[in-house]
This record gives sequence, C-alpha cells and structure tokens, in this order.
Amino acid sequence: MSTHDAALQGPPHHEEHQTSTGLDNTKMAMWAFLGSECLFFGSFISTYLLYRSRAAGGPTPAEIYDIPFTSVSSFVLLMSSLTMVLALAAIQRGDERGLRTWLLATAFLGMTFIGGQIYEFTTFYEEGLALSKSPFGSSFFVLTGFHGAHVSVGILMLLALVGMSLAGRLPQAESRKVELIGLYWHFVDIVWIVIFTIVYLVPTEG
Amino acid sequence: MELLKGLSARGRRLLLGVLVTALGLLGTACGGDAGPQDFLTPEGPIAERADGLWDITFAIAVVIFVIVEGVLVFAIVKFRRKPGREAAQFHGNTKVEVILTLVPTLILAGLAVPTVKAIADLSEKQEGSLEIKVVAKQFWWEYTYTDEDVVTANEMHVPTGQPVFLTLEGTDVIHSFWVPKLTGTQDAVPGRVNTMQFEADKPGTYWGQCKEYCGLSHANMRLRVIVHEPAEFEQWLEDQKQPAAASVSGAAAEGQEIFMQTCVNCHAIEGTDAKGTSGPNLTHFASRETFAGAMFENNAANLRRWIDNPANVKPGALMPDYGLSAQEIDAVVAYLETLE
Amino acid sequence: MATAALQPRRSIFARPTATTGWYSWVTTVDHKKIGIMYGVTAFVFFLLGGLEALAIRAQLATPNGEILSAEAYNQFFTMHGITMIFLVIMPMGVAFFNYLVPLMIGARDVAFPRLNALSYWIFLFGGIFIYSSFFLGGAPDGGWFGYAPLSRTLETRGMDFYAVGLQLLGVASLAGAINFIVTILNMRAPGMTFMRMPVFVWMTLVVSFLLLFAMPVIAVALFQLMFDRLFDTTFFNVAAGGDPLLWQHLFWLFGHPEVYILILPAMGIVSEVLPTFSRKPLFGYAAVVFAGAAIGFMGWGVWAHHMFAAGLGPVANSAFALSTMFIAVPTGVKIFNWIGTLWGGSLRFTTSMLFSLGFVAMFIIGGLSGVTHAIVPHDAQQTDTYYVVAHFHYVLFGGALFGIMSGLYYWWPKFFGHRLSEKIGKWNFWLWFLGFNLTFGPMHIVGLQGMPRRIYTYPDGMGWNLWNMMETVGAFIIAVATLFFLFNVVVSRRKGREEAGDDPWDARTLEWMIPSPPPEYNFAEIPVVSHRDDFWHKKYFVGPGKTAEPVFAGGADHDEHGTDEHHIHMPSPSYFPLIAAFGMLITAYAVIFALPAVAIGLLVTTLGFFGWVFEPGTAE
Repeated sequence: MSTHDAALQGPPHHEEHQTSTGLDNTKMAMWAFLGSECLFFGSFISTYLLYRSRAAGGPTPAEIYDIPFTSVSSFVLLMSSLTMVLALAAIQRGDERGLRTWLLATAFLGMTFIGGQIYEFTTFYEEGLALSKSPFGSSFFVLTGFHGAHVSVGILMLLALVGMSLAGRLPQAESRKVELIGLYWHFVDIVWIVIFTIVYLVPTEG
Repeated sequence: MELLKGLSARGRRLLLGVLVTALGLLGTACGGDAGPQDFLTPEGPIAERADGLWDITFAIAVVIFVIVEGVLVFAIVKFRRKPGREAAQFHGNTKVEVILTLVPTLILAGLAVPTVKAIADLSEKQEGSLEIKVVAKQFWWEYTYTDEDVVTANEMHVPTGQPVFLTLEGTDVIHSFWVPKLTGTQDAVPGRVNTMQFEADKPGTYWGQCKEYCGLSHANMRLRVIVHEPAEFEQWLEDQKQPAAASVSGAAAEGQEIFMQTCVNCHAIEGTDAKGTSGPNLTHFASRETFAGAMFENNAANLRRWIDNPANVKPGALMPDYGLSAQEIDAVVAYLETLE
Repeated sequence: MATAALQPRRSIFARPTATTGWYSWVTTVDHKKIGIMYGVTAFVFFLLGGLEALAIRAQLATPNGEILSAEAYNQFFTMHGITMIFLVIMPMGVAFFNYLVPLMIGARDVAFPRLNALSYWIFLFGGIFIYSSFFLGGAPDGGWFGYAPLSRTLETRGMDFYAVGLQLLGVASLAGAINFIVTILNMRAPGMTFMRMPVFVWMTLVVSFLLLFAMPVIAVALFQLMFDRLFDTTFFNVAAGGDPLLWQHLFWLFGHPEVYILILPAMGIVSEVLPTFSRKPLFGYAAVVFAGAAIGFMGWGVWAHHMFAAGLGPVANSAFALSTMFIAVPTGVKIFNWIGTLWGGSLRFTTSMLFSLGFVAMFIIGGLSGVTHAIVPHDAQQTDTYYVVAHFHYVLFGGALFGIMSGLYYWWPKFFGHRLSEKIGKWNFWLWFLGFNLTFGPMHIVGLQGMPRRIYTYPDGMGWNLWNMMETVGAFIIAVATLFFLFNVVVSRRKGREEAGDDPWDARTLEWMIPSPPPEYNFAEIPVVSHRDDFWHKKYFVGPGKTAEPVFAGGADHDEHGTDEHHIHMPSPSYFPLIAAFGMLITAYAVIFALPAVAIGLLVTTLGFFGWVFEPGTAE
C-alpha cells in the first residue's frame, strides 16, 4: 500500500517497478479490490431489484423519487471524475499547486453529492420512507447509503492527499498515489451511474 | 509392512484388533431393524421413485469406490520403495487422462437423464389428490383438510392408494416437512407456498419430523402420518367433523371451566367458545396418539407434566405455564380426555 | 524510496526494531512469523472446536441425552461449525499460504507485508470477538448457515456476534486474498512462469480469487442480517414483505465457493507431498492445475444444490443437479492424477505421505457421496440428515484436515529446523484415521436411517443407538490422536532433536534450497528458475532409463548461504497493523453494545492507517 512494500520485489538497487507481470503492485491490488467491490454492490443492487416493488403500504419508488434533483447531483458526481483526471494530469507534469486545486475541487464536488444525498434521505424520511418501513426502504437506504459511505471514504483520501502535498510529501515521482485514489474515485462514480440508472430511472411496475 | 513402520508389534496388534471389532459391529448392526425413519425401505410410490434412483447411483458409486480405492491400494503396495527399483520419471499420459475424464463424464450424463426425468415427473400434480394445507409453527404442525371442514395437528390421517397433495406454509421461521418412508423433504418457508405430494401403499403409522433447524425444540418437532384403508379414513373424517360435546360432567366440567379461562387464548374446540388459533386445535384431542409436536405419548401422566410447565419438558415451547395447581391440572386433563 | 528519504527526524512514527521476543511477534511483518502465528492461532481454535464436538458427541451418545441443554447444544453445534470453517481450516490454509508461497515462488516476502499483518490481527480479533460471546450473553445459536428469519429473531446476542464477527473475518480474508493475488502474479522469481509454479501456489491463487469474489457476497448478507437485528430493517422480515430465500441465495453463493476455499489448499499440499515421496513428478500437472481452476469457476454455478428442498421449482432444481454432477469431473481428474503420481514410483511412507494417502482415500468417499446429493429426488430424503454430515466431514476432515496434517509433518522441518518424530507420527496418523472413520462412517448409515442434523436429542427405538455410540467413541479416539500430535510437537522439540537440514525429504520445490528455518530474507540471492520443480532439476537429471540420476557438479551442494545478507533490504516491523485491527475490534463491540462508540473504533482504525501511511519505510 505504500512505496517501501514494493521494495521487496527485488534487491533495492533494482528498478522500482520490476514485477513479474510489469504491472505495479499497488495498482493491481486496487484493481483486485475493485473487482471484489463489484460483487459487493452487485449483491446490494440485486437485493434492491428483488425488493423495489415491496413497499409494505409505504411510499413506492414512483411516488418518492425526485428524478430532476438526483440527476443534478449525479451530474455533480460525474463532473468530479473530470476534476480527478485533471488532478492526476497536474501531478504528472509536476504542477503541485494545480494538483491541490483539482483535488480540492474533486472533494468539494463529492461533498456536494453527499450533501444532496443527506437532503434526499431527510426528505424521503419525512415522506414516510423509513429504513424499517418496507423492504423497498431498507434496500434503497442500505444500497445508496453504502455508496455514500464509499464516496465519503474517497473524500477523506482526497483530503489526505491534499495534506500530504502541503507537507511536501507528494512530489511528482509519487503520482502513482494520486492515480490509485483516482482509480477508486472513478469506480465509485461508475457504480453511481449504474445505481442511478437501475434504481431511479428504470420504472417499477405496480 | 512399511506403512506401519514406527509402531511396535504390540501397537500393530492393538490396531488390528480395533479394526476387526469395528467391522464386526458393522456387520451385526446392518442386519438389525432399520427403524421407523429409515428411507431405504420406502412404503409408497413417491418415496420408491427416489429410492430407485438411489439404488442405481449407489450401485455405481460402490463399483467406482471399489475400483478406485482398489487401484490406490494396489499402487501403494506395488510401488512401495524396494531396493534395486527406481521411480520411473514421467509427467503424464494424455491418452489415459482423456479416457479418465470422459468415463466419469459419461457415467454422470447417464445418471443425469433419469434424475431430470424424475424431477419433472414428481413435480406434476396427480389427479384426484387429497389436498391438505400444512402450516408449520414452532414447534408443531397444523393440518387443514381443505375440502372438508377439518383441522388437526401433528398426526396427519390419509387413506391408502390416494395421492396426497400438500401445500406448505411457514408462519414464523423455516421448517421442513418430512416423512421418510413416504416422501422426501420440502421446506415450509414463511411468505411462500410450497407443494409436495406422497402416497402410501399400506395402512400404518409413519414417522417424520421437522428437518430444517428451527430453534430450541427443532429436535422435538415431530409428526406422524397415520394411513387408513379408504373406508376407515372416511369414517375418521366424519368423526373429525363432529363438534365436541358442549357439556361435560364431574372433574371434566371443572376442567372445562379452567380451560375456558386459560387455554382458550390459544386453542380452539369446535362446538364450544374456545376459538384460539395460535395453538393446535384440540376438538378431537383425545383421539390422538401423541401431543406436543408428536413428542409425547398421549396419556394422563404426560399431559400433567406438560401442562405443569411446558417449556420445562419441551425447551422453547410457546405454551405458557399458567401456574395451575395439581388439582386444577388433573381437572384439565380429565376434560381433555373427553375430547374424543 | 522517496518517503524514507524524506523522514530523517525521529518521530512518533519511528518503526520498531526488535527481532526477538514477544514484541518482535506483535510488530512483525515477516510472512514466516505471520504464517506461524496463523497456524498456532488456528490450532488453538481447532482444540476449542474439537471440545465442542466432543460435548456434542457426548450428548448424542445415547438417546435422550442429558449432558447438554437444548440451548447449550444449539450454541455448540453452531460454534463448532463457525470455528472449524472460519477459525481453523481457512486460517490453516492461510498459514501455509503465508509461510510457503513466497518461498515457493522465490520471493523475499509477500507484496504487502503490513497488510498481511493486518489480516492476521483482524482474524485473531475476529475469533476472540466471536468466542467472547459465550461470556456476553450467549454464543451464536442459529447455525453457521444462519438461515433467516430464524437468525433474525433469535433472542440472545449470539447472532449479533455472528453477523459482526464473520464480517471481521471477511475483511481479514479479503485483504489476504488481494495480497496473495498480487504476490503470486507479480513477485515470481525470474523464470518462474505460470506453468512452472508449484501446484500449491496455483491452488493459493485460485482460492484467493474465490475469496475475492465470495467475501463481498457474504458481507452483504451479513450487513442485511445485522441491520435487521440492530436497526429493524426489513430484509428478512416476512410480515413486511421480506424474503427468507434472499438470505439463502446470498449465503450459498458465498457458501459453495467457500467449500472449495476450504479444500483446494489441502489439494495443493497433497500435490506437493505425493511427488516428493513417490520420487516422481506430479502426473498430469497441467490437468491438475486446470482442474483446480475449473473447480474454481464451476463452484459459482452450483450453490442452489443447498436449496433443493426450498421450493425453487423443477427447472432450477434440474439445472443445479446437472452442474453439481459435472463439478465432480474435475474433482475426479485430480484423484486420478494423484494415483497416477504414485504409479511407477518408489513410495516412502513417512507420516506426511500417510496423511496424503489418507486424504486421497477419504476424499474418494466424500466425493462419491457428494454426487449422490445431485440426485434431487433422493436428496430430498438425505438432505439435512447425518448422511450429509458424514459427506462433508469426509471432505473437510478426511480431506482438508488430513491435507493440513500432511503439510504440517512435511514442512515442519522447514518451519522449525527439526523433524517431528515419525514414530509418534505413525500413532498420530493411524489413530486419527481409525477415529475418523469410526466417527463419520456410521453417520452415513444413521443418516440413511432418517436421523436429522441439528437435533439435540432423539428418542429410543429409532435404530440409531449403536451408531451414535460408535461415533462418540470415534470422536474421543480422534481427541487422543490429536494429543499424540501435541505430544509429538513437544517431544520432537526437546528430546534427541532430529536436525532437519535444508532438504530432509529430497524434495522438489524452491523452499528446500534454503536453510531450515529460512533466514528473514529467505533467499540470499533470488533464484533463477528454469524448470517446473526447479530444485529437483538442480539435483537430478533424467537418465536414459527414465530414472533419476544425480547431478554431480554443484547441484544440491549449495552451502554458500547468505554471503551478502547485510545488503538485503527487508521491511521493518510496524505496530500500525495491530492498531488498525484493534480499532476494528472496538468498532465491532461498539456496534453491539454502544453504537456511538463506533466513532472511537473508527478513529483508532483511521489513526492506525494514518500512521501506516506516514511511518518511514525503514527503522533507520
């Protein structure tokens, strides 16, 4: 997870990225982790699909979703992927100031999204959709809540990167760290696109 | 033998002695009575269909077992280290490997055909079935004869020679209905309706029990299927349709009074004010051979122990202890015994 | 390394330096020490799970047994399952992965040593957490399979511990899986191509991928159960519309790959032991590897055979019957290849070899009884009876545990520098073999006689009495055999220590090239690999008569160990994995007992990771 672990790939005088496959260790680990995450979200999404029409007398998806609002917050999150790309581009050309700017922008967009989610949850709750109201409510809140938790962890990691950069610990040579967090961030964005499509846009019969 | 190297002669004799004793025990016990839940001795066409598949599979498995273990033992003995013989260095043999992959594939394909056919056949509902709704509860069974006005518990009565079609429902947790000599298991899942069927060839009492772990008294959630000749079954049905006598006398009257203040919360007795539904329907309680999930033989002594403190004799039983005195319990038992 | 260079000042992040004493174990990131800790911990849990089994057997020895109450019995059988699966067989496999994989592929450590330490600590804390439930209001009592809605409604805290504790163990497994995937894919010595990797390494890779994809599925199911129990969500609340079968699908979608997670490491071990003691290469290496991978793939398509009685309908039942039958094919291929390995060999019956042969012999039985479960109409009879208990003990005890014992006897000299006594070992094996068959053989019969699983009592007159008594006797024989193993460990260490040397068995793979026990850096010089079973090829060549001839020039003489060890750069110990894991333990207790305290746990974990990222690369 950090640089010195990679030192084990060979005696230290060797090149840093010498691995059997030529792929970087940490990046491969991140890809493996994200593969695992696919199954995690996949299981929650399946649960939602099974339960979305079981409203138990409470609000149904059609009654409660505010598509225009969620479209805007989805767009915000999508834009954060763009700023993430810009952050990586900045550090790769050695622009540490630009890196911090774009990282902060990404984190800010992420926080905006989370703010939107908090607002949405509160509204839904007031409209009668509690966590314990129905299988629809449980599966909706838990799926989107876990996604929100992933975004929040991402924001923490982005802010940690900003802190490292301010402390002078994130020089151009360490751009791989930004790339890693970026991988995670893009993944979380993509998962949201899937959730938004399946949960909000696909209509529920009945 | 080199396999046992390291063990003293005494150790080897000991080991051999234990092995021989174990085999001897195995031999004697195989000849014994297989017991009331043995499903290798089926008593009806549905169970026999499954048993037929088992017979084929088991025979094939035994042949494969003998061959493979035989070859293994042969290799162990034949290729043990001996002076003057070196291990042959080879990495495989494509022809042998292909054959040994194809042979099991073909055997399994051969087994798959009758299996899939049996699955399809057994899932088809037969004409002229007797329909019974089974509701599984912690830790007993409720049977409703859907075309008749009959509700009973734990002991299911059916005629010989007529297919029985069950719909299974769960109320609290998952249970599983199973009468080994008549049919394999089917789960009663809360929120779902499952179906199964069976048919009995001969009159008699068949044992079964819940097979899906359902809590503290899972072990005590038993059942009986009592199979009658058709005429006898019709008579039983007629008897069951009669309400219980509204008035009784003596100790039973006192018991009825107590019953109507306590037991009535959960139990129903047709023809009286007792209309509770969370416990078994007791209209013809005295005609049953067992009670409490077929756990106890239906007699006065067992009833007394049971009513005195249900959860004590059946862990997790939901029937409450009303703290009745010994005298009151006797009265209730006397009343229950009138419910023929 | 850049971060190391940037950290000249002594700080709170300074890395610990001890290499001996208990402190060195607590802070170690050495894969070998972590492997040993995994092994020892798993063995302690094995003794606990064994005691639970003995209590269960004592209760069932006679009809109407009165040794355990229904409450205690249900906790014991649940904990026996959880313990043996999650706290014994899985971590035993991981112990071998840890110790051996880097040695076998010619690496100095795993890809992420600190992540490795984190996995261990989370596993240890997870085990302690689950076991603490005995003192905190009752152990889990809903079965290891935790079927909803029963698991949702059981009143003691046991199933809370189940839901949260297994989640912890899952995190440990997931981190370990990622670590081993990267290690195996990326850290192979030059020349160690995929098709030259030892089968054990292959099986580790397959298991790691299974864990990677199975763990998140059970994580979801456990979260749903946990939220149902703690926050009253309605995932499994039938009255509100929840579906109990959702749990079963998620659980078995994890649960069946889990079966292969348990057995494949043992298959890997056996595939190393048999060639060594047959003095022959593995028969059909490629077939064994592909069969392992095929099992890994097909293992995802058979889960509903655990649900044949749940009412999925004839079409689904037929489909899963077919997939279940055909997963027997790659399993059969492996058995044929093991027997092929013996064929024409020169067999040495060491204790390790006996356990491997026992594995093959017992696994044949477990495999054949497994095929009978695919006969759906008859499975409806045998499911949830002792016949099934017999089947999976033949696979997991006769299989996985025999394999693990074989591995222990085989690699013990490498781990500790001395051999285990062969004499006590033979007693160990034969008693274990006898006790095993006496315990689990009769379960086939009693199962076919209609004895269900998970019952704490049974009436007299069912025809089950004799068999149950035999099983109980057998269980106690297994206990005695286990004592022989412990005795062996103690005696071999003290009396007349048989020093092992580097290569006591005339073995084939890279770990036998280096000293026993290996130095911290494993290989003074990273080996260059040119063959499968490379070490064997350094010692022998195949002569004209297809027999092995020794290589005289150089070859096995490699006493020039570690001339240059001071220049080998190994990762320094670290306490942050322990801190991060400890934070997770706090979180776990907080979830059950004091929800707001979750913040404390998360804070400790976050601080642990923070220190992790910021600590210097070495202890200079």
